[in-house]
Amino acid sequence: MEKALPIVEVCNLTIGYGENIVLKDLSFAIDRGGICTILGGSGCGKSTLLKHLIGLYRPFSGDIMIQGRSIVTATPKEKDLMMRGFGVTYQSGALFGSLTLLENVMLPLEEFTAMTRPQRIAAAREKLAMVELDGFDNYYPAELSGGMRKRAGLARALALEPELLFFDEPSAGLDPLTSADLDRLILHLKDKLGATFIIVTHELDSIFAIADRCLILDKRTKGVVADGDPRELREKSANPWVKSFLNRNNLRYCN
Amino acid sequence: MSMPFDIDQRMEGRIEDVGSFVQNIVNDLIRMVIFTGELTLVVWDAVRHPRRIRRRETLYYMDMCGTDAVPIVVMICILMGIILGFQSAMQLQKYGGDVFIADFVSLVIVKEMGPLMVAMICTGRAGSAFAAEIGTMKVGEELDALRTMGLNPVRFLVLPKLLAMLLVMPLLTVFGDIVGIFGGMIIAVLKLGLPVVVYYNRATAAITPLAFLLGLLKSFVFAFIITVIGCRRGFSAGNDAQGVGRAATSTVVSAIFWIVIADFVLTFFYSMIGE
Repeated sequence: MEKALPIVEVCNLTIGYGENIVLKDLSFAIDRGGICTILGGSGCGKSTLLKHLIGLYRPFSGDIMIQGRSIVTATPKEKDLMMRGFGVTYQSGALFGSLTLLENVMLPLEEFTAMTRPQRIAAAREKLAMVELDGFDNYYPAELSGGMRKRAGLARALALEPELLFFDEPSAGLDPLTSADLDRLILHLKDKLGATFIIVTHELDSIFAIADRCLILDKRTKGVVADGDPRELREKSANPWVKSFLNRNNLRYCN
Repeated sequence: MSMPFDIDQRMEGRIEDVGSFVQNIVNDLIRMVIFTGELTLVVWDAVRHPRRIRRRETLYYMDMCGTDAVPIVVMICILMGIILGFQSAMQLQKYGGDVFIADFVSLVIVKEMGPLMVAMICTGRAGSAFAAEIGTMKVGEELDALRTMGLNPVRFLVLPKLLAMLLVMPLLTVFGDIVGIFGGMIIAVLKLGLPVVVYYNRATAAITPLAFLLGLLKSFVFAFIITVIGCRRGFSAGNDAQGVGRAATSTVVSAIFWIVIADFVLTFFYSMIGE
């Protein structure tokens, strides 16, 4: 049987800002389904890599294939079409402040589907219910807590029912309970939707709880230093820095 | 022959400063031209598909830039009419030309001061607000979110603002013109003792339809300048609170500068056609 095409494939990618190279000669592939986390120390280029994967920045060299099509060489029109095929949730939620939650979630439906208004409202309410925000239709983003905003951002990213979802630091700035709730929600959505999740984070608890695979970036080598199941890497990685990173340098609370 | 080290260095530094200043202006102009081109394509697309215009946002900005600006426009323009009335009354009295105060005030208001004062008010109110709003959206990753949703930020954010400004600024200008001429009338009646009906008849005779339309054309051009500069500055704002503040300030300074340049160019062309 022919092997399924990876949902994301990165080939010899070199990225950075101005003259400064942040990551070089990066190659990896992410298969459909499951949760893949991208982690690494501060300033290693996690978020920069994410912004390249979603087509916001142009790499110095190399290619990024999303669902078999290059987002690097795509024309602006093709890129717009490709972008509708995946959802992105941002650190702060990135909800539009002038729109209510319902309007935020309805926006992609309004722009890219032929749904009638009642159908759009029903679909947006369903997505809000999925992230446990039913009843908050008419709230503005400024009236919500950080965790709720992130969930609302997730509802908007789910609006067009994409097969691929990118998360930028979903747990950042959340208390442990809210963060755990969000992790549970991601696991639930993975089971329910069967989508692929690519999460940029360095919250170790979250990674061990939800990730099937993790790619660890290192700013010294400017590349991937470890790739695999995070629990296995924590115990068995041959790289002492990776082991130390995943074990918080052996500084963990124990009773 | 080489110059002494410190003079040499100072000269080099100054030349570099001038060079980078000119380079910044040129780069800014190029970016502005590219942005205007992008906006033109979006406007063309909106003309072909008017249903894609975000009507609710357009109405919101019409309210924000138009309705909310009426009190300040009335106050500034009536005072402008009074000031012009005073200045012209003092000069005209010397030559017994009191009656010409109506011609002078109404023409200056309709052709020049009305569009210009409304443009200054809109720069301070709307232009800086556009820059701050888009700049804040940039900081909050909302612009990235728009792009990754496959939405064009220019269509989504700039078009409603441009349409609103193109619709309300000429209306505000008409409003400003009327109250400005009324301001002049207060002085004509109270200081020169001119009958209201005489002032009214002379003012309506002085303002030709062409002069009125050319004044409105100015306000269209100014609306375009304010929106383009405000939005462009918002998109290029730094990713922090200071960056947003700088974008708002820079909008006011640049917009005033380009409005005055545009006013000069338009007035020059108008004078060539005898207006």
